[in-house]
Amino acid sequence: MGVVTTPHGGGEDGGGDVPPAHPGSEAIGPLVPSTRRSFFGVLVGAISAVVGALMAVPLVRFALDPVLHRGGGADWFALGSHGELAAAAAAEPVRAEVSFRRVDGWRATTVKQTVWVTLGAKGGLVVLSGTCPHLGCVALWHGDRGRFVCPCHNGNFDRHGERLSGPPPRGLDPLPVKVEDGKLWVKYQYYRGLVADREVIG
Amino acid sequence: MSAAADSRPPAAGESTLRERLASWLDQRVGWRQLMSVALDEPIPGGARWAYVFGSGLLFVFINQIVTGVFLALYYVPSADHAQTTVAFIQKQVTMGSFVRSLHAYGSSVMVLLLMLHLAQTYVYGAYKGRRELLWLMGCFLLLLVMGMAFTGYLLPWDQKAYFATAVGTNIASEVPWIGGFLKLLLRGGSEMGTLTLSRFFMLHVFLIPAGIFAAVASHLFLFRRAGAAGPPRPAAELRQLPAETFFPGQVFKDFVFGIGLIVMLGALAWQRPVSLGPVANPADATYLPRPEWYYLPVFQFIKYFQGAAAVLGIVVIPGVVVLALFALPFLDRSPERRPLRRPVAVGSLLLVLAALVFLGVQSGVQDRRDPAVRAKLEAQEEAERAYAKQPFSPEENLGPSAGGGAAAAAPAALSPDAAKGALLFESEGCSGCHGAQGHGGGGLVALANLGKRFPEPQLTAMLHAPRPDMLQGGMQPVQLKSEDMQALVAFLLAPQRDTAPPVP
Repeated sequence: MGVVTTPHGGGEDGGGDVPPAHPGSEAIGPLVPSTRRSFFGVLVGAISAVVGALMAVPLVRFALDPVLHRGGGADWFALGSHGELAAAAAAEPVRAEVSFRRVDGWRATTVKQTVWVTLGAKGGLVVLSGTCPHLGCVALWHGDRGRFVCPCHNGNFDRHGERLSGPPPRGLDPLPVKVEDGKLWVKYQYYRGLVADREVIG
Repeated sequence: MSAAADSRPPAAGESTLRERLASWLDQRVGWRQLMSVALDEPIPGGARWAYVFGSGLLFVFINQIVTGVFLALYYVPSADHAQTTVAFIQKQVTMGSFVRSLHAYGSSVMVLLLMLHLAQTYVYGAYKGRRELLWLMGCFLLLLVMGMAFTGYLLPWDQKAYFATAVGTNIASEVPWIGGFLKLLLRGGSEMGTLTLSRFFMLHVFLIPAGIFAAVASHLFLFRRAGAAGPPRPAAELRQLPAETFFPGQVFKDFVFGIGLIVMLGALAWQRPVSLGPVANPADATYLPRPEWYYLPVFQFIKYFQGAAAVLGIVVIPGVVVLALFALPFLDRSPERRPLRRPVAVGSLLLVLAALVFLGVQSGVQDRRDPAVRAKLEAQEEAERAYAKQPFSPEENLGPSAGGGAAAAAPAALSPDAAKGALLFESEGCSGCHGAQGHGGGGLVALANLGKRFPEPQLTAMLHAPRPDMLQGGMQPVQLKSEDMQALVAFLLAPQRDTAPPVP
């Protein structure tokens, strides 16, 4: 572009008829042609990319924290006397509400979930999550028909929780149990829905 | 396809795909002209390190926007959750302490850079020559940034945030005629509370940032319209100096400075993360608030004006200084820009800067010299460090029957009379020799179990006329109105005063 000179703009009151390029500026000397423009362009771009990436790492980790660090599982919950539950479940599945503390970010809440105490297919007591593995409605015991029925999409399960018919991809999910001090304890878990294989997700 | 649509025959260098794409985009966007406007601005006298502060401000401002947006992922602006969510960010979230520290330190760096930018513009006389609006917009930005610093300080809702802002908003009530209304407006009520927090959040996150965006755009537009001022030389000399375009020389200097600032901020935030204190306890009458360093000079200045003169120190003098700053290009009409030829202008800047530094230092010196204040401030810092070490505990919402942990743990409240007495114990300076709530400690004289040792009339009489051994120890006769004396005695005799731990 060569040497450019701008007419003197007049410091105070010199506003003439033709406004100079910069009406406020007092004076501009001869313009030195700039060199190494593309070199500086690449340099600035490269350093920006490096520092930007360095800053992005902590910010992305910050934003992804709830995704990367899921809360721990629920605590054990005492359902009641093992003997009494075994006797009752021998007749028909027993419904129970499990309540546990769930940490939800910066707060902790009490969550209630339905479980069924029933006889396992191989004998012994099992505790089934009431949550249907199809879309998460609560399956209910229908004594007259001798089966669990999910009211949402008519999934059917036998008294041990095995799938009989309907859209659910698998049977009702068994929860971890233990017997301690004569009591039946259960640990509530969430399972991934809509898949044939059981996968604990929290 | 673009070459075919182009009416011009393709030039020799334009044949590559990249060149053709660039031309295609340029015909639609006009980016070549935009780049030219942005980068080919002539700078009289060439690039200089003295000009980097404005761009540095932009770099740090972008840091504030980005970290601020990320902090909003977890922050809740409500008095009952704000401190918990900040503690969650600080103690639980990956990199939370780092991101919060970047934001908090960034605010200090903004204020510092503003001072440097202003001082450079002032000393170089770069506000002269039809740059009045440019200067005004800069002064307006100064107020907006100080507003950001003030409103952001409250948001963590810990002890120091709460009490510093309580003092800060009280200052507003000194404004003649509309002071009371102004304070109500700021606080959203007569007292600090959750509505204050909502207001400050709205100002900090929506209103002031919008103002800053608009003002920065105007500032840059006016700057480009006026042109860079160049070094402080007479116009005739300036015309002889070779000019350089903004790119690459000045861009590179600005860029090195900006990146240096960000790297320095990152190192600081990594090495020394900012702290968070325990949740604000409005009932704590003994907390000694201290503002951030950039408000310390004002804080100290106000101390020298008592009673009816307070309005002078709080409103009139700062108001005159700010007004003079705004009016500078209208007051100083001389075209002379060389600093040594402008002794009054440069002298007054140095005077104001020296006064600010003196006041800030004086505030720290006074705090250290007074043993009671020093002990109290150290105790507050200790409480903050102890809180910082505790692991994060989530806010419990375990159903309607479960009581709130904090409320259940709090000791029985003082009677209204005794609570008033607790305030008097502070305001009359009793805690200076007897410690917070009279618990002594650190060589101070503890007042323990007074309720079991003295009946009320005897204690009142002792306060009016201390025993010789008390006078020997430096006790002053207490002179209060009878109802105030009654309140003070009620506080001293209250069993809660003995059982409650000294408030941290």
